[in-house]
Amino acid sequence: MKTFRENLSGYIFMLLALSSISALALITVFIIVQGAPLIADVGVIDFIFGMTWAPSQGEYGIFPMIIGSLSVTLGAVILGVPVGICCAIFLAEFAPVKLRNLFRPAIQLLAGIPSVVYGFWGLIFIVPFIRDYLGGPGLSILAASVILAIMILPTVISISEVSILALPRQYKEGALALGMTHWQTIFYVILPAAKSGIVAAIILGIGRAIGETMAVIMVVGNATAIPTSILDPVRTLTTNIGIEMGYASGEHRQALFATGIVLFIIIMVLNSLAQYITRKK
Amino acid sequence: MNSRDHERIAKALIWTAALFVLAVLAFILIYILARGLPRLDWEFLTEIPRNMGRSGGVSSTIVGTLMVTSLAVAIAVPFGIGTAFYLAEYTRGGYITRIIRFCAESLAGIPSIVYGLFGFIFFVIFLGLGWSVISGALTLSVMILPTLIRTSEEAIRAVPNIYREVSYSLSATKWQTIIKVVFPSALPGIANGIILSVGRCIAETAAVILTAGSALRMPSSVFSPTRTMAVHFYILAMEGISMENAFGTAALLIILIFLINVVANTFVNRFVAKGVKR
Amino acid sequence: MSENIKIAIKNLSFYYREKCVINDLSLNIRGNEILCVLGPANSGITTLLRALNRLCDLDAGVSMKGEILLDGKNIRDEDVNVTELRRRVGMVFDVPTPLPMSIYDNIAYGPRLHGNKGRREIDETVESTLRMAALWDDVKDRLELPAMSLSGGQQQRLCMARVLAMNPEVILLDRPCSGLDPISTAKIEESLTELKQEFTIVLAPHNVQQASRVSDRVAFMLMGSLIEEGKNADVFSRPKDQKTSDYITGRFG
Repeated sequence: MKTFRENLSGYIFMLLALSSISALALITVFIIVQGAPLIADVGVIDFIFGMTWAPSQGEYGIFPMIIGSLSVTLGAVILGVPVGICCAIFLAEFAPVKLRNLFRPAIQLLAGIPSVVYGFWGLIFIVPFIRDYLGGPGLSILAASVILAIMILPTVISISEVSILALPRQYKEGALALGMTHWQTIFYVILPAAKSGIVAAIILGIGRAIGETMAVIMVVGNATAIPTSILDPVRTLTTNIGIEMGYASGEHRQALFATGIVLFIIIMVLNSLAQYITRKK
Repeated sequence: MNSRDHERIAKALIWTAALFVLAVLAFILIYILARGLPRLDWEFLTEIPRNMGRSGGVSSTIVGTLMVTSLAVAIAVPFGIGTAFYLAEYTRGGYITRIIRFCAESLAGIPSIVYGLFGFIFFVIFLGLGWSVISGALTLSVMILPTLIRTSEEAIRAVPNIYREVSYSLSATKWQTIIKVVFPSALPGIANGIILSVGRCIAETAAVILTAGSALRMPSSVFSPTRTMAVHFYILAMEGISMENAFGTAALLIILIFLINVVANTFVNRFVAKGVKR
Repeated sequence: MSENIKIAIKNLSFYYREKCVINDLSLNIRGNEILCVLGPANSGITTLLRALNRLCDLDAGVSMKGEILLDGKNIRDEDVNVTELRRRVGMVFDVPTPLPMSIYDNIAYGPRLHGNKGRREIDETVESTLRMAALWDDVKDRLELPAMSLSGGQQQRLCMARVLAMNPEVILLDRPCSGLDPISTAKIEESLTELKQEFTIVLAPHNVQQASRVSDRVAFMLMGSLIEEGKNADVFSRPKDQKTSDYITGRFG
């Protein structure tokens, strides 16, 4: 009886674990089954590098969206990552206890606030600001980059901070004992040692930026053209799905799933990369 | 310029970055709360939205949010905690562990819009559940699964190994050890993960709008379509229906998330204060 | 020499992966006496104790050869019930290890696992075992407090009471006094001497002096091998092996 219960509990846990991960398989299968036929119809090259997205005429090229996703993500990384890493160093090395106890929950709150709230703030504050002071329609790559930069901060900060704090104390003490200043210790010892964790943090931040939908829809303008400046509106892969999914049907809906496949592949590659880097240690 | 100047400049830079981030967060919160809070009154909370949300309150979206969220968490918790226990207690780092962990971390990175696509085609269309509370909840339950798995697994691994050895040495079986010693010790951490998942459900828009729909009437059962607060806020703002009500809803969302964070943190602090050693 | 042998260890070899931790060890442990297994760090003593109640099963990459007979029955046989074995062979660890629950629940933990659930019966067990561990007077008014609130020495005596509550036959103690002050140590040693009337005790002492104070018999281990074994008086006054002599006189260790 006792051994039976022992074995049973083990099997139940295994069953729960297997059903959890089967979700990933289900997602993969259903997205691919929905989207793959259209990619096959249009052709992989024409789908990915096609310049025109006109579902009503049966033209499905997502190259402008790929450029859109890349540009807003790049912008977010340029704006967000340095600030995020500085914050992580601040939290791990400089922050007085009181400020740290305020900062950590603040970062948590930052992570918890609905993305639509950021999008809304961008729409009523950042977009008019850009329109009035920098020109263009305001709805732009720059606006999306700013919002995304804020949104990836929690990811970048918390993962970088954890990887800095995970270093053995001897690294720091050894460096300080050699007569290095605090900053030299951080720059020459701590940051290089925590490099893999910080890189993983950046990659996961990139993943978040590429995957964000609602906040971006609200500030990016959603024009399906190749941008010429950071003040131009663009459409990203996610916003393409988010905007049109509400009314799409038939082939058009399949094309949105196909967009989802591309997004899914990009994210899986980024994830695997991040996991590989963190595990390599 | 000597190393002391470097030190000073670097330190100033880092302090600036940190304070800047805090300032931005404070600015966003104040900006929204200043205009949203005045809108919050009893009527706003208890009345059904009228005229597409131009007037009236948000009561049906609160109910919708609560239904979708509680159902999603109830569905996901057994799977999340079970998987965490399997990973932490039943595997010894073999390839099964690696596969499960890879899947869990991959799930964590998938954008919510992709969850929305999946939920739409699988729950709404394939299983024929339609745009409904249950479709939204099932989709969200898959989405929060990785958070639950990771936080629970961390909490379980944080339980000192000596507790397990003591329990075994007192002639407990594995199951008894897990139920009587490991689970109670890991509970605060697990609860923290659950609370954070509640927050994610409440905040989610993209995955819900595609699976639970955007109907404004009061949901009568789990099979009714509904509109959550986040979706309602998005539609009010995006379609310019009512900025005033959009601010009100946003303020409500922020307050909710804030409360959830406070509760989650008290759990973590109790975990630390309990003096779990080693 | 064959009188009253409780545990007979025959040609035991123990490996963590490739590394040999115990090398071809044979040793008899007699009932109702205190055997001190002595030796410097990494001699395989902890491993030996963990092998006796099969707690080593929990560690990855473990393999062993040879036999451990408890009352003539090999504890590694297929049909041995491991939980019952661990009830019969209790263990006290090198650091105080109260579980994160009340003093009362810590002691009731073992009895409750065996369906022994009568509140009255458990109350009696708690009282009698705490008395045996010389802790009852200290804690009788605060049994519901967390066990963590006790001092280190009290915690360790609680751990002894907890083992006694399972009504074991053998008690293994792995350097139970290593973190304790001299007064707590003395109290524990005192209870050990009383307990040997009822139990068989295997103690890994935290130093040579403790072994000479409390043991009936002594076994000296070095690098996984048994160097010498015998009565307390024999080993300490007339060690047969030069290494034993060097160790107990403090030339190394």
